[in-house]
Amino acid sequence: MTRKLIYALLPVLYLLHNDLWLWNDATLIAGLPVGLVYHIGFCFAASLTLYLLVTRAWPTHLEVLDADTPETEPS
Amino acid sequence: MILGIIAVYLAMVLFVGFASHRLFRGTGEDYFVASRSIGPFLLLMSLFGTNMTAFAILGASGEAYHAGIGVFALMASISALVIPSVFFFIGTRVWSLGKRHGFITQVQYFRQRWDSDAVGAVLFVVLIALLIPYLLIGVMAGGLTLSQITKGQVPEWTGGLLVCVVVMTYVCYGGLRGTAWVNAFQTMVFTILGGVAFWVIIGQLGGLETAIATVGASHPELLIRGENIKPLKLLTYTCIPLSVGMFPHMFMHWLTAQRAETFRVPLILYPLCIAAVWVPSVILGVVGHIDFPNLAGPAANSVLVRMIDLHAPEVLAGLLAAGVFAAVMSSLDSQVLSVGTMFTQDVVRHYGFHGRMSERQQVFWGRAFVALILTITYIIAQVSQRSIFQLGVWSFTGFASLFPIVVAALFWRRSTKYGALASIGTVVVLWTYFLTRGWQVRGYTVGGEGIMPVAVIILAAAASMIVVSLATSPPSPGVVDRFFPARK
Repeated sequence: MTRKLIYALLPVLYLLHNDLWLWNDATLIAGLPVGLVYHIGFCFAASLTLYLLVTRAWPTHLEVLDADTPETEPS
Repeated sequence: MILGIIAVYLAMVLFVGFASHRLFRGTGEDYFVASRSIGPFLLLMSLFGTNMTAFAILGASGEAYHAGIGVFALMASISALVIPSVFFFIGTRVWSLGKRHGFITQVQYFRQRWDSDAVGAVLFVVLIALLIPYLLIGVMAGGLTLSQITKGQVPEWTGGLLVCVVVMTYVCYGGLRGTAWVNAFQTMVFTILGGVAFWVIIGQLGGLETAIATVGASHPELLIRGENIKPLKLLTYTCIPLSVGMFPHMFMHWLTAQRAETFRVPLILYPLCIAAVWVPSVILGVVGHIDFPNLAGPAANSVLVRMIDLHAPEVLAGLLAAGVFAAVMSSLDSQVLSVGTMFTQDVVRHYGFHGRMSERQQVFWGRAFVALILTITYIIAQVSQRSIFQLGVWSFTGFASLFPIVVAALFWRRSTKYGALASIGTVVVLWTYFLTRGWQVRGYTVGGEGIMPVAVIILAAAASMIVVSLATSPPSPGVVDRFFPARK
């Protein structure tokens, strides 16, 4: 359940990336244009989402320990 | 002075490359994938450094000079979401299969996944063809930048030669471990030097707020998206960073991780690394209008070099040159090694030795191919036209268009070799079609509406994969079960 909720964040973020409402907004925030500040914030939001994916939805079944030696030689 | 700093920097790069050789175990698996022993820090630096080309430092500021702050949303912030997501869903799975089955190259995986030599052979040709322009751009950008920074003291051919010789030395000698160590060093160098250059130049322009306000007064259109970037372009440009799912050099770096968990920290930090490199590049490109108001077309790519020259010559110029070299070499080395690995494993080992090849032979052939590929690349770079830089985005388009293939291989049991071949065929046909239509047009989009060709090709490639797979007989369960292990 948690896993699906976190997966759902990805398409939501993708939609939020298209910030049409700031397209022609020339406001400055701390000296930077708001259209740039928004996307810097977006990078932090992406990092947070990845944090959730990694800590709450990690694919544990993928781990292969050294003991599990390659079963076949590639050819 | 500048030349002295560059010489010291290149000597340091070689030293790091040689230092890594102390851990060399003499086997093919060690040479090509560092015995799958790389930890989180080196993995992050390798993945990020390989993906950040000189384009991120120089090209991004040039683009921002013309199109304004929207370049950050278009090329950087979307990558901050898409690239680590691809690593999460695809990279970890590729790593797991690689470790389980001992794969060293992409072609080995796809060939066995669909039990088809034809898929392997076709993919090999397509991947190599798409990677060649990318290699050429790296060598040419290195030479061009060095000649600009030194005001022609170092001619272009010498700069390109320096890049090739240094990369050849540490990649041949150190294999993937050498490449990963040098990448880590170079990635730190260009990130830190980018920050220093930003701080010094913005300080000289009277601080960030003053500089932005000055540009805003004369060029208000650069501080908004406005007409510079179409909304449909922002929407469809998302497809471009999907290319990391099919880059041979990314595939190679994924395989080097020690454990699946090694990916965790790099995934979280990747978006922040992107912001750290791209924000300064984009802002410097925009404020470049203050000192250099009338740069036309490709001349804008030198805006950063010109600003350094004006505001912080000598030491900083030398350091910037080192930073650009770092960005160029940290991509070129992985790409050359991945091509060398593919020739050794997928051609010589598979066809020449039918899978039987001693460890010594593998290392020998790996080194020979790295040297040969760099030599050929250097020679072609000397006779190529400058317009080859426009091929860069087409190289990305091609790799991104192959994305449905890796998704089908990893997630769709019912996909067949005919589906894969049809998908690759679709990419080749449509990519060639769009290339012939769009390559002379700067900023070409489908119908001029902002739709990137890559979005159309991906949809068509996915459709061919699905339709042809369903129309052909299902793959044998024995083959499929190897690649979809039951969850414990």
